[in-house]
Amino acid sequence: MNAAMLRLIGVRLLLGALTLLIVSALVFTATELLPGDVAEALLGQSATPDAVAGLRAALHLDQPSWKRFLLWLGGLLSGDPGRSLVNRLPVVALIGNRLPNSLTLAGITACVTVPLALTLGITTAMWRGSRYDRIVGMGIIGIVSVPEFLIASVAVLVFAVKLRWLPALAFRSGPQDFWAMMRLLAMPVGTLALVGIGQMARMTRAALLTVLESSYIEMARLKGAGAIRIVLVHALPNALGPIVNAVALSTSFLLGGVIIVETIFNYPGLAKLMVDAVSTRDLPLVQACAMLFCAAYLSMVLIADIVAIVSNPRLRQR
Amino acid sequence: MRGDSDGSGGARRRELMQMVAAAGLGAAGSLWLPESARAQTPRRGGQIRAAGYSSSTADTVDPAKQSLSTDYVRCNMFYNTLTALDGNLAPQPELAESITSDRATVWTIKLRKGVTFHDGKALTPADVVYSLQRHNDPKVGSIAKPLAAQMTEIKATGTDEVTITLSAPNADFPVVLGTFHFHIIKEGTTEFVKPIGTGPYICKEFTPGVRTIGVRNPNYWKPGKPYLDEIEFFGIPDETARVNALLAGDIQLAGGVTPRSTRLIKAQQGLSVFETPAGVYTDLIVRLDAPGTGNLDFALALKYLQDREQMRDAIYQGFAVIGNDHPITPSNRFYNADIPQRAFDPDKAKFHFQKSGVGTSKVPIVVSPAAAGSAEMAVMMQEAGSKIGLDLEVRRVPGDGYWANYWLKSAVGFGNINPRPSVDILMTLFFKSDAPWNESAWKDPKFDSLLATARGETDFAKRKQMYGEMQLAIRDTSGIGIALFNSFLDGHVSKLKGMTPIPVGGMMGFNFPENVWLDA
Repeated sequence: MNAAMLRLIGVRLLLGALTLLIVSALVFTATELLPGDVAEALLGQSATPDAVAGLRAALHLDQPSWKRFLLWLGGLLSGDPGRSLVNRLPVVALIGNRLPNSLTLAGITACVTVPLALTLGITTAMWRGSRYDRIVGMGIIGIVSVPEFLIASVAVLVFAVKLRWLPALAFRSGPQDFWAMMRLLAMPVGTLALVGIGQMARMTRAALLTVLESSYIEMARLKGAGAIRIVLVHALPNALGPIVNAVALSTSFLLGGVIIVETIFNYPGLAKLMVDAVSTRDLPLVQACAMLFCAAYLSMVLIADIVAIVSNPRLRQR
Repeated sequence: MRGDSDGSGGARRRELMQMVAAAGLGAAGSLWLPESARAQTPRRGGQIRAAGYSSSTADTVDPAKQSLSTDYVRCNMFYNTLTALDGNLAPQPELAESITSDRATVWTIKLRKGVTFHDGKALTPADVVYSLQRHNDPKVGSIAKPLAAQMTEIKATGTDEVTITLSAPNADFPVVLGTFHFHIIKEGTTEFVKPIGTGPYICKEFTPGVRTIGVRNPNYWKPGKPYLDEIEFFGIPDETARVNALLAGDIQLAGGVTPRSTRLIKAQQGLSVFETPAGVYTDLIVRLDAPGTGNLDFALALKYLQDREQMRDAIYQGFAVIGNDHPITPSNRFYNADIPQRAFDPDKAKFHFQKSGVGTSKVPIVVSPAAAGSAEMAVMMQEAGSKIGLDLEVRRVPGDGYWANYWLKSAVGFGNINPRPSVDILMTLFFKSDAPWNESAWKDPKFDSLLATARGETDFAKRKQMYGEMQLAIRDTSGIGIALFNSFLDGHVSKLKGMTPIPVGGMMGFNFPENVWLDA
């Protein structure tokens, strides 16, 4: 059983590495296909042909693209993802600057969102069709339908501009104590939580309901088990697979997909870094970000699968 | 009236710059202190957080790579140029103590003494030579390469002297030296991670795409300056977020706010709007080579249909200066104040329209968000046109790809032009007969020869005369209508003092750091 689990993890890691390789080749090709290159992007309106040629030579962009890809791949495998073509800083330093910010934001948001969403999902499934279920359901749909930039902008207007309770920008220089940090991050986390809760809660409710309709639950009910016991002990382990997957997808989105929140609250995270890299055609940085996001997705999904297997006796036995 | 100040001395050939230099010191003194009874003494100390309108990993402290307003502000914190442009866009001495020329071709620059870099090294001619020369190296990838190409020889000719030879006479060369790309760096600098310059602030932190922090340079060569202890500068690209941050008290200066936001800012106690009347314009373009509409009478008809006052008040809430269908602003030292202002005149428009032979057929006029304000202007002209029998059809196209697909191609449309440091550069780029960006396909050999003569003319009065004729020619014979110059607008806490408009751009021509102070 344990060996089977290890084998599964091993196979998944290998497949993950292969996926990363394919993704890196795809991202490289896609970036190459974009009109213009970093030399033209940097020179802007003064991109005369000889200026562009000179800068290309200086950045080694005049080599064939397969060669540049292999060079980059070799560098990455030996632990060096290269330097940004735009500002000549090491990619590791650029990402190292932003990664803690993104992890902090994603971590706090997940800590707020996951318990809340699970609670809402489980309780609405338990009391399906009740007034509570309908109110929560409508509330969730209402919030999910509002675009996050609207939620964020209204929050800033109310809490920062009118009430002056919270700062409008989520980033300050220098070390911050815990409460200052919470104040700074309150609105970004709140915005992301509002957006994330809906998806997770509805997924949880749907997964649970499917299970709750199966015959073994009816059996448990006939045997006289209480409602809470039925949901938590009998139904939840079987519904955990899809729920954990929904949670995994939502949280890995938090790492690199929160460009709107990063923009409105001026929070220097990874999403903004990747958008910058693409708009300046800064290949090493684009590649590094893509690898990072892809690896984060793969590992979250892997963890979700392992959790689902461990928690579910049926899958565990196979 | 503001344009007169430089010409008053009747400049003599070759001595022009020395004179400007002498006058400049006096003018500069009054520039630092707001005139009249409001004059206050700058106060030392304090720190501010300021936000510009762009931020990305392409943020740079390499003078040669500056391409956005935020780069200009950042580099102005750490570096100086040889000259700097003042409120009338006239060059004033900075690191150069004087600049003299022989027939505008061989320029001799005397360097200011006692200037040191942030690491204590003294400024030498070698630093200046290196800083200027590197723009001609293609490996550097300098944005200013086209401007730098005219310098055929740059060499140190004394302990505090640099001599530059140009490929052709250019009386505007001191203006060129005042553009930010020609900031002076230390000889041999190739890494731009932590900038070392002679500027008012010393770099404490620079993280591209995140922020820049500068602390006061105690050894700055301008006595008493700068006033603040520390400036934190970063970009908030979203305008709403930027204005909100100002309203919420998170920042003390928000660069680039829209006319709409000025009401919000003014409504809050302790906040002010800083207006810089500048040379940005959204211009009406009537292609003179287009079939049907391509004739001067039709162009004039449209020019007379621009209700400039209404446009100014309705589109820009009054934050704009009325234009006279040529690209020179009233605050420019070369502005020709003798040309009568063209007014909204449906009768004259009708006269020219009937003469144009366009008749009652629909005329499409292309507008786009890329040319800011063009849709509003076109709608107003459409309304006015319907009263004289002109049937304009406003055709809206997306901003993405506008410059490649519609600009210079539509028979009747709009452009949007940013200010350029000198009249010569602006005219050469947009009005010379063979200029690739000659927006209305306007050809005037007399204009071209005036342009070439004026470039080598060092006598201010004569140049002003020539530029004046050229303004008249554009106004009356080109297909370009310039109704307004819209202003740059910034929001700031009222306690932040010391900013005066420099029409190069907002935030005091991107040079607020050394000039502002916080009032008690």
